[in-house]
Amino acid sequence: MSEQSASADLGTRVMEVIAKTQRIPLESISLDSTFEQLKIDSLDGINIVFALENEFGINIPDEGVQTMRSIGETVEGVRKLLAEKAAESEDRPV
Amino acid sequence: MSRVAVTGLGLVCALGNNVAECWSRLAAGCCGILPLEDPGSPPYKFSRGAQASAFHPLDHFSEKDLLLLERFAQLAAVAAREAVAQSGLTFTGELADRSAVITGSSIGGQFSEEDGYIRLYREKNSRIAPLTIPRTMSNAGASRISLEFGIHGPVYTVSTACSSSNHALGQAFSMVRSGQAIAAIAGGSEAVFAEGLLRAWEAMRVVSPDVCRPFSVDRRGLSLGEGAGMLVLENWDHAKARGIPILGEIVGFGMSSDAHHITQPCVEGPVKSMQWALRDAGLSAGRIGYINAHGTGTLANDLIESQAIRQVFGAQVDSLPVSSTKSMHGHTLGAAGAIEAIATLLTLRHGIIPPTVNFTTLDPACSLDVVANEARAAAPEYALSNTFAFGGLNVSLVFQR
Repeated sequence: MSEQSASADLGTRVMEVIAKTQRIPLESISLDSTFEQLKIDSLDGINIVFALENEFGINIPDEGVQTMRSIGETVEGVRKLLAEKAAESEDRPV
Repeated sequence: MSRVAVTGLGLVCALGNNVAECWSRLAAGCCGILPLEDPGSPPYKFSRGAQASAFHPLDHFSEKDLLLLERFAQLAAVAAREAVAQSGLTFTGELADRSAVITGSSIGGQFSEEDGYIRLYREKNSRIAPLTIPRTMSNAGASRISLEFGIHGPVYTVSTACSSSNHALGQAFSMVRSGQAIAAIAGGSEAVFAEGLLRAWEAMRVVSPDVCRPFSVDRRGLSLGEGAGMLVLENWDHAKARGIPILGEIVGFGMSSDAHHITQPCVEGPVKSMQWALRDAGLSAGRIGYINAHGTGTLANDLIESQAIRQVFGAQVDSLPVSSTKSMHGHTLGAAGAIEAIATLLTLRHGIIPPTVNFTTLDPACSLDVVANEARAAAPEYALSNTFAFGGLNVSLVFQR
């Protein structure tokens, strides 16, 4: 899989999680959407973070949550955490 | 001091999804205590409950709303909508700032808490659903009502077990009477059919294995029920000026604590709450024409309540109709007082006393004029409704037609 299509897949998966959590159509969300545009408030954010953690098997730190204000930033945050997770599992002694 | 008018009623329970449905079944003596939808595994020692089976949350709320609302809060909001619609009130300006919402709930949101414990202790998963706190807080119903109607005055929840909503109504009555509030939405709600809670009630050994038969010699305990009752209380002159129908009046509020035992009732506490309510209403005992009893159907409650009523009302008891509508809508704990307040007000309004159903033979130790199995026509001007809670907390309210 090319890096570009992997990235597109990640973005889609994040948007799917958000659409499902918010009960809104996937089509209403794009990578450029801000939480404000999507009427996602802080309480919705808590639900979304919980769902993303479940979906990707990651732990999103509290300070990370506060810096996510758009879909793009959220996808980037998840990508970074997945990369850290992958690096950790590679470092682990066999 | 202002008179306190009741200008709106809202009700959801095993007997129906609104006041009209519930009243027609109360007056017809229908028992809503039916086989449990989920009998438990292993089966509970009781096979029946008064479940609000016709209440479907998605008929009333969006999926997104339901993320934040447990069943007890849903029930509260739906009952409040009916009551407010009937009152015709719109909460804007001064009315929004000087209206109150006071709800009763004994246990708050139980389901999310139990789901969390299943994840935590059974599945060893430490990640609990993120909205557990706002879903389970006991004031979730009150806050939802405040949000829906834009009410900015005093909003809070009283939790005194089975007296919760009578305490809530009494508080709201006092506020409107004193002028602290122009109007109040008050009552209570409870959703009890959660496994952990049912097991806890089972362990208390006070739930009847079949149905509840208040004041019958062969009664075997209470039957649990779920539901909500909400009343709009309004400053009398404010209601009169609007020209809307006044459905009845609250005229007296009495409360007491047994300070005797955490679960065993005693006669003195209920006697005091009834006496204080009569004194507050400025009425002699002889003016009361109907008592909606706490009447849980447990051995202890019905015996003690009968003795207390006899002590307060004397020889008049032999011709003072008493019924326990819990025999139809079950014991709804923190909603009990509010549901029974509505039943009492409608009794006064329609001149029909709803019966105590499932009644077999009067317990000779409960020598009251029990309205048994079939409604009775009567036209009392005043009626009294009792709630007595674990913890020894008693509340009596007096209503006027």
